[in-house]
Amino acid sequence: MNFDYNEEQQLLADSVRRFIQKDYDFEARRKIVAGEGWSAAAWRTFAEMGLLGLAVPAEHGGFGGGAVDLMGVMEAFGEALVVEPFLPTAALGARLVARAGSEAQKNRILPQLAGGKLKLAFAHAETGARYDLSSVRATAKRSGAGWRLEGEKLGVLAAPLAEMLIVSAVSGNAVRLFLVNADQAKITGYRNLDGQLAGDIVLLDAAAEPLGERDALPLIEEVVDFATALVCAEGVGAMKYACDATLEYLKTRKQFGVPIGSFQALQHRIVDMFIACEQARSMACLACSKMDSHENERERVRAVSAAKIKVADSARLVSQEAVQLHGGMGMTEELKISHTFRRLTLIAQQFGDADHHLERFTRAGE
Amino acid sequence: MDLSYSAEETAFRDQVRGWIAANLPADLREKTANYEHLSKQDLLRWHRILAKQGWVAPAWPKEWGGTGWNVVQRYVFEEELGYSGAPPLIPFGLMMCAPVLLRFGTEAQKKRFLPRIYNGEDFWCQGYSEPGSGSDLASLKTKAVRAKDHYVVSGQKIWTTLAHYADWIFCLVRTDPTLEKKQEGISFLLMDMKSPGVTVRPLILMDGGHDVNEVFFDEVKVPADNLVHEEGKGWTVAKYLLGYERMNTGRIGDSKRELAKLKEMSAPRMSEVRFRDRLSRLEIELTALEITNLRFLDRMRRTGQPPGADVSMLKIKGTEIQQTLAELMLQAADPADHARFDALARRYANMRKTTIYAGSNEIQRNIIAKMTLGL
Repeated sequence: MNFDYNEEQQLLADSVRRFIQKDYDFEARRKIVAGEGWSAAAWRTFAEMGLLGLAVPAEHGGFGGGAVDLMGVMEAFGEALVVEPFLPTAALGARLVARAGSEAQKNRILPQLAGGKLKLAFAHAETGARYDLSSVRATAKRSGAGWRLEGEKLGVLAAPLAEMLIVSAVSGNAVRLFLVNADQAKITGYRNLDGQLAGDIVLLDAAAEPLGERDALPLIEEVVDFATALVCAEGVGAMKYACDATLEYLKTRKQFGVPIGSFQALQHRIVDMFIACEQARSMACLACSKMDSHENERERVRAVSAAKIKVADSARLVSQEAVQLHGGMGMTEELKISHTFRRLTLIAQQFGDADHHLERFTRAGE
Repeated sequence: MDLSYSAEETAFRDQVRGWIAANLPADLREKTANYEHLSKQDLLRWHRILAKQGWVAPAWPKEWGGTGWNVVQRYVFEEELGYSGAPPLIPFGLMMCAPVLLRFGTEAQKKRFLPRIYNGEDFWCQGYSEPGSGSDLASLKTKAVRAKDHYVVSGQKIWTTLAHYADWIFCLVRTDPTLEKKQEGISFLLMDMKSPGVTVRPLILMDGGHDVNEVFFDEVKVPADNLVHEEGKGWTVAKYLLGYERMNTGRIGDSKRELAKLKEMSAPRMSEVRFRDRLSRLEIELTALEITNLRFLDRMRRTGQPPGADVSMLKIKGTEIQQTLAELMLQAADPADHARFDALARRYANMRKTTIYAGSNEIQRNIIAKMTLGL
């Protein structure tokens, strides 16, 4: 039993924090969000630091890491509210290609991805599907030597940035994955509440290349669990920032001639925030380590869904209380707290809200 | 990061589990399973079985009968005891008075009391709270006046758990009422419950059970040899003990057993979404508590340091879980089965005490706010 990061993981997380301090503080982030919505310079640095290849197998130019290897990085990203398309590319994209791709596809895509030259987006969700991963209506048909896709994909993270899409579509009665060049799709981009870029995608007779075998649903579920575990770690980082900043505010903000942190009503509330954050951290540790070493699928599903429930509940409590304890200032765009609220609100929903995972957790226990 | 137990730790757990299964008397197991009243003899019987095995006081130094287990082994042992449904080990002697004597007692005091605590010859209780001193413990008024080779103690204690079983009580008393700072002038005294002037009056709680008492002292003579640490240093002793107490309040093994039982009971209700969701949420709370507890143990093992004040969160979450378990169990019970329903209703009522005792959960929040967050 050991809850520490190993030396490599710790060094990596430390160097990410140093980079953030230097080049991605709240002001820098504000400029990025107000501008293009992502930073090509930051992305290059991520590639140089080896972050983009963390989940890429070593034989394809990466580190061959698991969820625990990415955990410290995600926490640091959470603290800083990094908006870069890291999760869709370096987690979802890298893992889908690494697990489903042919040798040729892996050789073509993964070194490029790890080197920061190729960004991916995973286009899966459709209207009405909510968080049900099996609900896919986009279709794939053979056309000569290749394949053609028809359908709509919604809320695709990093869609406006990605050069290549991984698209799920039905062929026969099975869900399959396809690689689609972004220029084959009509993409309507937008910003999510947390500043991250996303978009809706329309595929009309789009040229596609199969990625992996038929019946990709088990793989999709596994890879989404992987990303969910990482989002849990990111949420812990964002919650830690919210707790620290709120504590600092309670110590410095004076009313009635005393720091407001001297009021017991507020002390107990921040203690509950602090406990919620620690509980969430425990569950993120569970999700990431079970992601890397589970004995069976059921164990993985239970761990990830349990963690997501705890993180969603804690994120809600911590973000709401952080704003409340900051008072009116907490509501404004001027403070990072409000941006942390935005990210935590979306983290609570991302890859399934607490209710969805409660259902999944219970079903896996039967 | 590796959340799993090592092969040695797993083997240790198997060994403990096997031994308990072979040595826990069936009638005692049955009694705890049905939440029946446990007599003094029941409690001492199990205590002595563990003492004979050499496992009754794992945390003590080896020379006094400790096992030399590390913090993880000790936790595994406690969890297994809780999970097995064994009668609880009453903490007042083993886990409260003894650590105080080991830390602050004289050699004579250790030799006199520790072996008797170990072997279950003396039953101890704790005299801390008073009618006017609950959360504000340092305001206590029971006075001890020094007269040559003894103290004369007068006053009243309340919420004294199992005082009606006890042979001895350790007490916080005020030896100097003149000092301005109320934490000063308090002393830690060991008192024989058979001394003239000691009266025990039961307090029946809302479950109808008799666990706690009022204890009255009317000019009780206590030999000065029974003072622990220096006169006026009782608050130092009390603080040492409170930190010790909080590490054991998660009661994860007990809660795991109760959860397993609850799941079994509620099988017919699993199609009811509202009930099922509450059960799942509770299970996740318990998992989060267990891992948080393991994180504390991992930190203690690596640093060799006692836990910080943030360990109070284990008390807060652990007791909330125990209460929710009791509540859901009552909801899962069949109201037409009077005997069972009544036992669970009483247990639900009884478990309300957990967020009040051992430093109320509000006090635990004060502790975290002050000591951990620096507010």
